[in-house]
Amino acid sequence: MSAMTVDYSRSLALLQDDGRFGVRHLGVTQGGAFDWISMYWANWLLGNALDAPVIEITLGGLRLVCERDACLALAGADLQASLDDQPLAPWRSFSVRRGQVLTFRQPRTGARAYLAAPGGFEGETVLGSLATVVREGLGGLHGDGQPLREGDRLDWPGQGGALCQVPKSRVSDLTTERPLDLVVGAQIGEFAGQSLFDAFNSEWTVDSRSDRMGVRLTGPQLRSRMSGIVSEGVPLGAVQVPPDGQPIVLLNDRQTIGGYPRLGALTPEAVARLGQCLPGARLRLRPVAQRTAELAHQRLLAHWH
Amino acid sequence: MTPRIEVSAIDCLTLRLFDTIDERNMPWLLAASRRIATLFGPALVDLVPSYTTLMVHYDLGLLSSTQAHACLARAVDGLEAAQESGGALHRVPVWYDPAVGPELELIARRAELSVQQVVERHCAHEYQVFALGFAPGFAFMGLVEECLATPRLSTPRKRVAAGSVGIADRQTAAYPVVSPGGWNLIGRTPVKLFDYQREGYSLVRPGDRVRFEPIDRDDFLRLGGDDTPQAVIEGLAA
Repeated sequence: MSAMTVDYSRSLALLQDDGRFGVRHLGVTQGGAFDWISMYWANWLLGNALDAPVIEITLGGLRLVCERDACLALAGADLQASLDDQPLAPWRSFSVRRGQVLTFRQPRTGARAYLAAPGGFEGETVLGSLATVVREGLGGLHGDGQPLREGDRLDWPGQGGALCQVPKSRVSDLTTERPLDLVVGAQIGEFAGQSLFDAFNSEWTVDSRSDRMGVRLTGPQLRSRMSGIVSEGVPLGAVQVPPDGQPIVLLNDRQTIGGYPRLGALTPEAVARLGQCLPGARLRLRPVAQRTAELAHQRLLAHWH
Repeated sequence: MTPRIEVSAIDCLTLRLFDTIDERNMPWLLAASRRIATLFGPALVDLVPSYTTLMVHYDLGLLSSTQAHACLARAVDGLEAAQESGGALHRVPVWYDPAVGPELELIARRAELSVQQVVERHCAHEYQVFALGFAPGFAFMGLVEECLATPRLSTPRKRVAAGSVGIADRQTAAYPVVSPGGWNLIGRTPVKLFDYQREGYSLVRPGDRVRFEPIDRDDFLRLGGDDTPQAVIEGLAA
């Protein structure tokens, strides 16, 4: 018997973990939770490994029926979740009883919610990860890269779990009032001075043409001396600028190599925050040096230790 | 060759060895890959080779950026090209036919060759695998003879059959699975190029070499090929 059944799924609900590593030279993308910080908190609430498989729920439109009593946890976006008729706030663990219905409607704040279960959701591990990559047909519940669908039966290996909350001071800020940090890359010198000024002193708008491969930003047109480059490996968060001058932030499901000049790459923290932006959100980019970003990242990771 | 170490992300450095695409780059890239794998050891998360570069993604928990820079500098210090041309040689059978290679005749016309001559020339060379990308197991190879070079389709197809072999400019490749694509299709291989249940997953790896060999339709089917015409895959014909 399973522990939970998908009653309906009208948008994108994906099993995700930290992603797939050691296979990028074969053209296999990284995948994994977009807002990894929220995934970590959801797992932390249950005492799971921080990268245990979770459900990444984008924008809502998901209804799950509990088949067994359990303790689950929710972090990230507020998607107007409810358990039967009781509203369910994120950033805490909660009990469910057999027969109860867990519903995610639509975003109130943020874009992606992360649901964790004791020991992590079970799925088919493919190339070391069960991260669902729809484009590659890898991972997920059945190993074929399909999102969760009506009738899918979910289970997890663990038991127990206590009711607790993420400390208030640690709850992620899902707004974009703080700029997103960008580690300056080597090709930054190829951009015209005015474009560099514009890149870091303008407001950028998250475009609706965005998915788990990349998020397009619209704003001032950026000019580079290079129109294209010989394709090369592209890291998570890379901010590439195609000839139309409008940057694209490359994300977890990006192609492994790419041929447009780049300003640099967002830090992991900035990528996670971008994962909570809805189309139309406005944001700013802030240039940081690699070493500075590294120290800030270490401070962030210390939250879970 | 003047190696440059460039910052790509908080935990990624790019080693730039060359500026242009050249088959002679590969022995150097292979040699550098091996050294990086040894020197970084368990701190190496991913190593992504491409035509002129190697991107090194390392584990921030095991190496600081300063250590990673130093490690990469050591990897290129006194680097020599790999002695052998490197990698494995794969013979990949291809059924060249307009039904599964709709641009075969276009390429022949552009080159002022017969279809048979195009096939012969495509099969006459050992191609270097420059990089894998676009999709799991999709290998960018080259270089094809100048006369076969053909720019990508102005409008990419929404569905290209699995196994399709194509040409884009002076590169050639085969599509591992059904996917969108803009390369000029000339034939189809029955060989499975990517299989996550197989040891090594991908038939070819960066630095390998590939030689295509013509087969007829019977052999193609015998080897397990699917001869559904490309036009049907695209929904252009019943």
